[in-house]
Amino acid sequence: MTARLLQGSDAVARSAIEAGCRFFAGYPMLPFTDLLESMARLMPAVDGVCMNAESEIEAVNMALGAGAAGARAATGSCGQGIALMQEAIAEAALNEVPFVVFNMARGQQDYFQATRGGGWGDYRTLCLAPKDVSEAVEHTQLLFHLADRYRAPVMMYGDYLISHTYMSVEVERRDYGPRPAKDWALDGRRGGTGRSRQIWTWAMGKANDPGPGPDRHWQRIAEKFDDMGRVESRWEAERCDDAETVVVSFGTAAAFVEQVVAELREDGLRVGAFRPVSLWPFPEAALAEACASASQVLVFEVNAGQMIDDVRLSIGRRIPVRPLGRVSIDFSGMRQGEILTVPWIRDRVRAAVKEVAVK
Amino acid sequence: MTDGGRKKVASALAPLQLSGEHHLCPGCGHPVAWRLLLEVIAELQLAGRAIGVVGHGCYTNIVQLADIDFLQCLHGRAPAVATGVKRVQPEAAVFTLQGDGDVASEGLAEVLHAAARGERITTIMLNNGVFGDTGGQMTAASVIGQRTKTSLDGRDAETHGYPVPVADLVASLAGSAYVARGSVNHAGSIAQTKRYMKRAFELAVGGVGFTFVEVLTMCPTGWFLPTADGPGYLDGTFEQTYPLGVLKDCR
Ligand SMILES: Cc1ncc(C[n+]2csc(CCOP(=O)(O)OP(=O)(O)O)c2C)c(N)n1
Ligand code: SF4
Ligand SMILES: [Mg+2]
Repeated sequence: MTARLLQGSDAVARSAIEAGCRFFAGYPMLPFTDLLESMARLMPAVDGVCMNAESEIEAVNMALGAGAAGARAATGSCGQGIALMQEAIAEAALNEVPFVVFNMARGQQDYFQATRGGGWGDYRTLCLAPKDVSEAVEHTQLLFHLADRYRAPVMMYGDYLISHTYMSVEVERRDYGPRPAKDWALDGRRGGTGRSRQIWTWAMGKANDPGPGPDRHWQRIAEKFDDMGRVESRWEAERCDDAETVVVSFGTAAAFVEQVVAELREDGLRVGAFRPVSLWPFPEAALAEACASASQVLVFEVNAGQMIDDVRLSIGRRIPVRPLGRVSIDFSGMRQGEILTVPWIRDRVRAAVKEVAVK
Repeated sequence: MTDGGRKKVASALAPLQLSGEHHLCPGCGHPVAWRLLLEVIAELQLAGRAIGVVGHGCYTNIVQLADIDFLQCLHGRAPAVATGVKRVQPEAAVFTLQGDGDVASEGLAEVLHAAARGERITTIMLNNGVFGDTGGQMTAASVIGQRTKTSLDGRDAETHGYPVPVADLVASLAGSAYVARGSVNHAGSIAQTKRYMKRAFELAVGGVGFTFVEVLTMCPTGWFLPTADGPGYLDGTFEQTYPLGVLKDCR
């Protein structure tokens, strides 16, 4: 397969279809809208379904139904739309229905929303934040794999720069081994045999085959999320080994930070870049290790300060953790905001490095 | 059968019903409707194709007590969930079982959109005019004059607005193929309601469109009435607001 110039949304849609996604439901909201449009265009050719749902609440519940019936299913939105979906994302986490949520956010101010959730109960949402279109293509397939593997809803944290940027990418099927059997999915075939199935957050089971009930069911799910937390964190560390200053950033903002670090290294400054690729699980141990020789950590995020909480939890009080950015900008496509530029970030990082040197 | 002089009924279980504990009150109308639903599924030979999507209410208990696949979903969202199920399992007989609180209050948008889209599913709405499960508060379907814990002097249009006739709204949409309203308080109405359910399943499974059966059920607990007064109260109040019969039949 050869690389093709594709718009990010289109590339993600194609990648989802390569991953076997055959059900998609969404409600328009920029910058997610293009993904919905791409799905509407591409699904018919593979006998898949794309629903232009009547609300985000309907969209996510449709995806939940399709996932419960065994299909690889997905939905998506951003901001307020994701807020409306949280009830069902939590429900799916607790009744163990896999699907993928493409959160094409309007910036980075929805880090808490993505990583802390807003639904009920003890649950976590595995969340990957690609830095560019080509990584989004890769993450898309990985997310379908992880959703099935853990029987859980999972999320991509993308944004305008993922959904609207054109990039030359290869969209090909990735092999994650045999797919787990969906011996829990509802197909109706066992009705009347004494072995009919049930999907229920309370896991009460049937009168002839009682389930564990909510306490034990939720306990097991909590343990499952603990396991995921241990093994599914992903990250990238650039030039951190001898870095005195490590700059932490996520998603598309990290591509700008990468450039800044490269330029400052040319000037002889010992700076490194750390990027959590998975926002949950947050790569706590890897970040602590990457900062082993550092005397300060700078957190560049395009919001008032959200991921910085996770950075502080990872680093502790050993060295100062300081925010850069501290403003939310709207990059739904209408405007880019002021701070997401290499010079802006470079000036702030350089100043912070000098300050530490003076002390 | 006789056992030590005592008479035993051979089996009172409905087809597909599993015997076990339930938490329904004496005089509750829901189990009568469950029975009709299970009989219809068995008689139409849909047991090996049926997938039920159930909302939140006293009727949720059916998920444990019937031997068919069930998905217990969020309050009000069953028609959207069932849409996802049906679109990827087109051969399945997909239905939702919901209450009036679930449909008329929390999930009015979901049921109307599913109807408008003509989803090939059946929604059974058990209407007792009250949030039974949470202890007897007013729903959007409570009738004028009905006393509930949140309409202590009776539902009053001036203060609480008017009841929502969901079946009529569904019938007004082009995507619905069949809409009927039955009840379960007398032998005759029970038999009639079963015929409604049967036709509703036949048409949805046959791919004709969305079908909807509202079933008026007794909730003596939520109506704050002696158990035996439930059926009569239903005649005297609910049926005035919600007349029984077929509201729409595509053919
Ligand atoms: C989002 C949400 N809100 C409220 C509830 C609480 N709740 C559980 S059952 C129920 C009432 C159900 O009423 P209805 O659908 O009429 O069923 P009934 O118990 O009367 O049969 C409510 C409000 C809930 N489970 N979820
Ligand atoms: S509260 Fe009403 S609906 Fe619920 S079980 Fe009791 S009688 Fe039935
Ligand atoms: Mg009710």
